[in-house]
Amino acid sequence: MPDPTKPHPSSPEQDANKPGISRRGFLKGAGLTAAGTALLDGVQAFSREAAAATSTGVTELGPGPVPVKLKVNGKEHAVELEPRTTLADALRIHLGMTGTKVICDRGACSGCTVWLDKMPVNSCMTLAVDTIGREVTTIEGLSAADAEPHPLQTAFVKHDAMQCGFCTPGMVMSCAALLEKNPQPSEQDVRHAISGNLCRCGTYPKVFAATLEAAGNMRRA
Amino acid sequence: MSIRTNEEALLQQGAPAPAEKTDKKSVSMPVGVPGYTLHDEQRDVLATEPPVWPINQDLKYVGKSHERLDGLAKATGRARYTADMQLPRMLYAKLVDASVPHAKVISVDTSAAESHPGVRGVYVIEHVMGSAVLRDPSLEQTKYPVVRYAGQPVAAVAATTPYAAEEAAALVRVQYEVLPFVVDLDKARAADATLVFPGPADEEGTAGGGGGPHNVPQTGNVHGPAIKKVGDIEQGFKEADVVVEGRYMTQVQTHSALETHGVVADWKPDMLTVWASTQGTSSVREELAGYFRIPMSQVRVITEFMGGGFGAKFGAGNFGVAAAALSKKTGAPVRLMLDRKEEHLSVGNRPSSDQMLRIGAKKDGTITGIHLVSYGTAGCGTGAGCSGPASNLYKYATLHTEENDVFTNAGPGTAMRAPGHPQGAFALEQTIDDLAVKLSMDPIDLRDRIDEHPVRKVERQVVRESDIWKSRNAVAAADHGPVKRGVGLAQSVWYRFVSMNSSAEVRVHRDGSLEVLSGVQDIGSGIRTVMAQIVAEQFGVPPEQISVRVGDTNYPAGPNSGGSVTTLSLTPAVRDAAWQASQKFLADIAPAFGASAGDLEFADGQVRSKSGKLQGVTFRRAAAKMTTDQIAVQSKRVPDYDPGKYLTYGGVDVAEVEVDTEVGRIHVRRVLSVHDCGRPMNPAQVISQINGGVIQGISYTLFENRLLDPDYGLMVNPNLEQYKITGSLETPQIEVNLVEAYIGQSSTDASGIGEAAGVVSIGAAIGNAVYNAIGVRIRQTPMTPAVVLAALNQPASGRLLA
Repeated sequence: MPDPTKPHPSSPEQDANKPGISRRGFLKGAGLTAAGTALLDGVQAFSREAAAATSTGVTELGPGPVPVKLKVNGKEHAVELEPRTTLADALRIHLGMTGTKVICDRGACSGCTVWLDKMPVNSCMTLAVDTIGREVTTIEGLSAADAEPHPLQTAFVKHDAMQCGFCTPGMVMSCAALLEKNPQPSEQDVRHAISGNLCRCGTYPKVFAATLEAAGNMRRA
Repeated sequence: MSIRTNEEALLQQGAPAPAEKTDKKSVSMPVGVPGYTLHDEQRDVLATEPPVWPINQDLKYVGKSHERLDGLAKATGRARYTADMQLPRMLYAKLVDASVPHAKVISVDTSAAESHPGVRGVYVIEHVMGSAVLRDPSLEQTKYPVVRYAGQPVAAVAATTPYAAEEAAALVRVQYEVLPFVVDLDKARAADATLVFPGPADEEGTAGGGGGPHNVPQTGNVHGPAIKKVGDIEQGFKEADVVVEGRYMTQVQTHSALETHGVVADWKPDMLTVWASTQGTSSVREELAGYFRIPMSQVRVITEFMGGGFGAKFGAGNFGVAAAALSKKTGAPVRLMLDRKEEHLSVGNRPSSDQMLRIGAKKDGTITGIHLVSYGTAGCGTGAGCSGPASNLYKYATLHTEENDVFTNAGPGTAMRAPGHPQGAFALEQTIDDLAVKLSMDPIDLRDRIDEHPVRKVERQVVRESDIWKSRNAVAAADHGPVKRGVGLAQSVWYRFVSMNSSAEVRVHRDGSLEVLSGVQDIGSGIRTVMAQIVAEQFGVPPEQISVRVGDTNYPAGPNSGGSVTTLSLTPAVRDAAWQASQKFLADIAPAFGASAGDLEFADGQVRSKSGKLQGVTFRRAAAKMTTDQIAVQSKRVPDYDPGKYLTYGGVDVAEVEVDTEVGRIHVRRVLSVHDCGRPMNPAQVISQINGGVIQGISYTLFENRLLDPDYGLMVNPNLEQYKITGSLETPQIEVNLVEAYIGQSSTDASGIGEAAGVVSIGAAIGNAVYNAIGVRIRQTPMTPAVVLAALNQPASGRLLA
């Protein structure tokens, strides 16, 4: 467990009094109050913006499109986007990477899970500009296009761990992140790793089985 | 047997075509459950029908858990759903939704929206679909459709980015003449209630069922009753030795498919192409062609992948019409996907129920009478009837059911996985357990006496011998600690609906490749893979070598996927096409091998001669001898072989629960789900659907609730954090026992599973398990901790109505 008394490692210059913390809806005008900022403490995307403001004075982007470079799946992509653009929309609309799904669009279902510096995050709750200088990994990048699928993807197919498939990319990203941290998970570990990933078809039991088998296969490999 | 009115529309699709004068042959088919009741029965079938398949263990590809052909596409994110479509110049559209639950729209000012940067077009909705419609339209003459629920779409805006569309939608100024409203069922059925409609109104069903009865009386907001009578109910209760009764209440549930409803519409002068997240490509085409008065030949609907429907996704919908109109107006493709809130509000739900159920029985359990009076609200739609289980599960001497829809100012209900049946079974199967308690009978013994279905009899036998059932304490509330364990069971019923709008084409190419095509959409249940398995079985090549093309109205007409019709309707057409194509193929290549077609057969990826005259050659080498590039055969569904038989199927679900009597929490620990669906074509996929039915049913029973604020008429939880659905932590250990139950009805003998799977019966199984745990019956859903504690704290005399 991280020490709650210490600043989050990704946000060394946390300062609850700095303005400019926003999700795309707020960027139109209203900013969050200081109290609101404090509530969001530790959410990487938000504190990163605060960090930028601290080091350079006030940085104002937008509201029109601005050129940014995003590092996704090991490649730099130069795109022009409005600063309010979420990472999910940047991936899907600007980069055409539609493997990442938007389902609830408010951080409740984990369907849009990608990795930010190897940490699973909800890309619908992350601004694209907050990932500048950081490494984004999406379902498309879990295994290279021409390479063998990730063992977890193979196991998902083998165990029929999908029905409609709309939650599947998010499930795979959450389970793959679990295996990175914990190569020998128990079923309870898998349940916790996907406790935020909603599946309406009700495929959870097969996701448990697939992830446990993939863990075994990866250890043997 | 009888089917309630709501299903009759579906049955109509399945009505056999007028008999054609065709040669028949008599065949012997396996019927029954292997290991229990398997035997042969004779069927007279069309002479053109393929040979009878043996049971699954003797087939190579069919009946095996073959991996989903599109599994890797889904697991790698390559599968492209409607929401993922991107076309050149595509615009993003956003609906403008009514902010009040009941109003006349005085004016819609779109000028500010139209001049907003990026906006390309605004469309004001002229006709609202999905809600009930006044029998006498002259009662209400307004320029714009009357708003009957908060969230009803009023207009739509198309812009170059989704953010611009969202901003512009907020700039559309709608002026309302606000009317009084009612969202509460009890208030709505009161004599002096505010009226949702100024006169009687009816809702059409969709291709997935739903809708409600027409030609029933309407008093105020109460649309009904639709009455069904069998025998003299008063006499039935006179002859009863015991009577059990209870009032049962269930909430409104929303489908909450993860991919919201939506389309990408591309209107070109000679062709409207629509990518749709739908359970029925053909239903979308039909509705769009009808609405815009364009020929069906100029509407193409494509659904390669879709992210869940559960009954709510049929037809074009208000959003589909708006997107097509905006595409026509702007000359650009338009993407309109609903947001999560709209998905909860405006595209359907499972109606609520408030049921008074009485059952009279003899001392030996024989049912002398079932009396059910139900009310329920499908908002400004109808379809809250829930008498299906009471009518169709058990034998009874007399029956009287009255179903009433109560209009409220809420979004219209629509078909949802086994319409009416989870509600009805929740009441019926708990009342049957009450009867068992009253008669001091074992719940399985009682059901053996009153349930004539031969397959459920086998399923109960499986349950009887299971560990989970053996672990059940016959005495309720036997545990002493604060956390009490219980086990209960309940039964399911669904119907064999056949959609005759089912056809497929099989193509053999000269390079030995094989292709199968149908307009049918794969909604996640796996028909794509099943089609390949059937062609593979015929030609003796592995399923992954078959190219399957589905989800496109350009292909041979496929069924709409609702009411568990897809597999049982389409697979015989696929098999017939594969069989006919294989026979044409053999006739075509036989001369090249100096053989007669009748001497050739397919085996293990080879073509060989039965007489042994020729050495086997690979299918690929044989195909090289074809005299044309391609041999193609299209077949359509033939009627069931013996249409009067085996009209229902179902299953038995067992739940083991723990009830924490201090905090009121129910935790479902284990479930055993024993189900049948004719010949299981791909057991892994069937089991996935049953897991899903169980998990969705638990969600309905314990968690989900569409909450409307009575003072404002707004949904207070239109999201996925406060509208709670089952997650990984609440998912029990589920064991599925799939019972092969051959019925001799078609060349594949498959049935469906979507509806019967768990979702009908798990609620009552949980209710019975909770009773077994705590000795108190919970008669309402969702069984939240507050509900459980209230039931526990009631004096014993009042507990019957808990």
